[in-house]
Amino acid sequence: MAVITAEGISKRYIIDHKRGKKSSSIKDALSDQFGKIFKGKKTQELEHIEHEEFWALRDVNFSIEQGDRIGIVGHNGAGKSTLLKVLSKITEPTSGRIHIRGRIASLLEVGTGFHPELTGRENIFLNGAILGMTREEIRKQFDAIVDFGGIEKFLDTPVKRYSSGMYVRLGFAIAAHLDPEILIIDEVLAVGDAEFQKKSLGKMRDVSATGRTILFVSHNMTAVQALCNKSLYFERGQLIEQGETNQVIASYMSKVSKTKLLREWSTPEEAPGNDLVRIKKIEIVPEYVDGQLFIDVRTPFRIRFEYWNLMDRANLNLSLHLNSMTGECIFNVGSLSQPYSKGIIAGECLVPGHFLNDGTYNVSMMIVKDTVTPLYNMEEGLIFDVADYREGVAWYGKWPGYVRPQLSFHTEMIEENILND
Amino acid sequence: MKTHEVVIEAGRSERHYWRDLWRNRELLYILSVRDISVRYKQTVLGTSWSLIRPLITMLIMFFVFSKVAKLKGDPGIPYPLMILAGLTIWTFFSNAFTQISTSITANANLVTKVYFPRLIMPLSSSVVSFIDFLVSLGLFIVLAIWYQFWPDWHILFLPFFILLALLASFAFGLIFAVLNVRFRDIGQLIPFIVQIGFYACPIAYSSRLVEGNSGEWWHPLYYLNPMVGIIDGFKWSLLGENAFFKPGSVINSVIIVALFLFIAIYFFRKRENTFVDEI
Repeated sequence: MAVITAEGISKRYIIDHKRGKKSSSIKDALSDQFGKIFKGKKTQELEHIEHEEFWALRDVNFSIEQGDRIGIVGHNGAGKSTLLKVLSKITEPTSGRIHIRGRIASLLEVGTGFHPELTGRENIFLNGAILGMTREEIRKQFDAIVDFGGIEKFLDTPVKRYSSGMYVRLGFAIAAHLDPEILIIDEVLAVGDAEFQKKSLGKMRDVSATGRTILFVSHNMTAVQALCNKSLYFERGQLIEQGETNQVIASYMSKVSKTKLLREWSTPEEAPGNDLVRIKKIEIVPEYVDGQLFIDVRTPFRIRFEYWNLMDRANLNLSLHLNSMTGECIFNVGSLSQPYSKGIIAGECLVPGHFLNDGTYNVSMMIVKDTVTPLYNMEEGLIFDVADYREGVAWYGKWPGYVRPQLSFHTEMIEENILND
Repeated sequence: MKTHEVVIEAGRSERHYWRDLWRNRELLYILSVRDISVRYKQTVLGTSWSLIRPLITMLIMFFVFSKVAKLKGDPGIPYPLMILAGLTIWTFFSNAFTQISTSITANANLVTKVYFPRLIMPLSSSVVSFIDFLVSLGLFIVLAIWYQFWPDWHILFLPFFILLALLASFAFGLIFAVLNVRFRDIGQLIPFIVQIGFYACPIAYSSRLVEGNSGEWWHPLYYLNPMVGIIDGFKWSLLGENAFFKPGSVINSVIIVALFLFIAIYFFRKRENTFVDEI
């Protein structure tokens, strides 16, 4: 049974360019009117620029079945949050129709309506009521909330004295004990420490196991993949793909990545370089696993290159730098220096799978003469993303480190029952 | 359990709006409790501030109007009591009006993040102001006992005038609340309106003084103010026959308040679904 049916949902905003915001004082509104009368044509031009339409959502159609766990993915500004706001009745759509069966609770923010002067105890009741719980329900869940948030000691302290971590934990603890049929969650996992994130995700999985419908917006693909069975992919206000999570995420990842996997120049005249050497081609060739269309931490890939040597005779080698986007060099490898005459030189370097951590990287290539004199350095020649992939791990936080090698690692029990001695 | 069904559509107001409002009465309660309990946190004198303020205002006004300006009150009524009666109902109206006007913008964090019938916010402001009013009414009773002044049967009309003041503040406050979402100028305008109202209404003086100028051009304008009938009526029901009260003035108040209440609720319902886009 479909619990949410959306037919042709659109939401339009009018953006004011002149001031960068809507004219929000009566004087502005009046002076715009007078401006039109006195300045005539000039303000009409301004008027034209001032009120630009912006479609945060455009003709969105979908249907969500009972018990579905829906991940909503897309860039910032793709319309995900607007969709949640429309579904939660916080704002109404410009056109279209949504039919919802069941009690909705939406969690667009952790600790909505917390008052800094009130104590943790008072805020539990306040926030609970704001999220639609009755006082009776809150009273029943009170101990569980306090326990989940881990704030027993600070129950009667005003929340303005809480650390930001405690604040978030209390907020999530309350929300986690809501008992709606449909739960809408916006990026709440972006907050809190790793341990709490784990706890929150665990809670969300428990909730989904009880057959409730969940809509979950996140930029954390690992979490979406782990929690959601279906996904919606938005781009510039439009729903461009929906279906099984793995499929949707794969196409999202392949569109999202700022990847430049191939750069090629057909003649030396237009190629980057100098009178001695010029780059002809630089390319990354992934060896995708199970028909994937993007590089993840498992994927081995080759860095292939070709360049023109314009010198008659020279001892040349190529030095590849792989850098993180923040500028740190992850590794530098060089080819053997060999004598070459004029012509095109090609080569490739294999980067194994299970080596780089997830993230965005760039490749620089440097052509070196006699192993000491750099002839030409092409910086950020290629940019590519390595997506995350995990198996058998219930933790979805950012995996630390630049590399994620699979090293031989084992543990064993060497003595049993020491406590019984 | 019956399934809860909702249809969201442009321009379609929630069909069960009033039922939703009733269901959210606990939220109304808890928002009111919040506003009351937050107010005197970290103060030494705490809730006694709600007594100190009207008492000191009354004393100053008594001194200025009675001793310095030598205005005459209604015969047979202690001047401080007359001032305090007027002040009590006016403070109720002006507090409620001010708080309702800013109720939506003050709760912007809620408006942008959760749905509930938006009327909860102005209603909660009304509740808070009403509780303040009960406290200052208590102060009036203490002062009346001090002057050994006993009310007569007129007191039966008291709830009617209180209700009228409540509805008046709600009607005007609601319109300003909606405007305030779009135009923050309203926030600047409100204290000014309250200040003008203070002098335009029979608080420190009696309408009897105005009646003495019935030939003046501004005389009909004076009675156009719906608060005149309400304040005079309130004083009349507390202080008895000696307090000046023109029954015609309250008919005027009822008509104006009813008209504005209707417009205000219509206007509010029309705009509330897009508050979040403008706030």
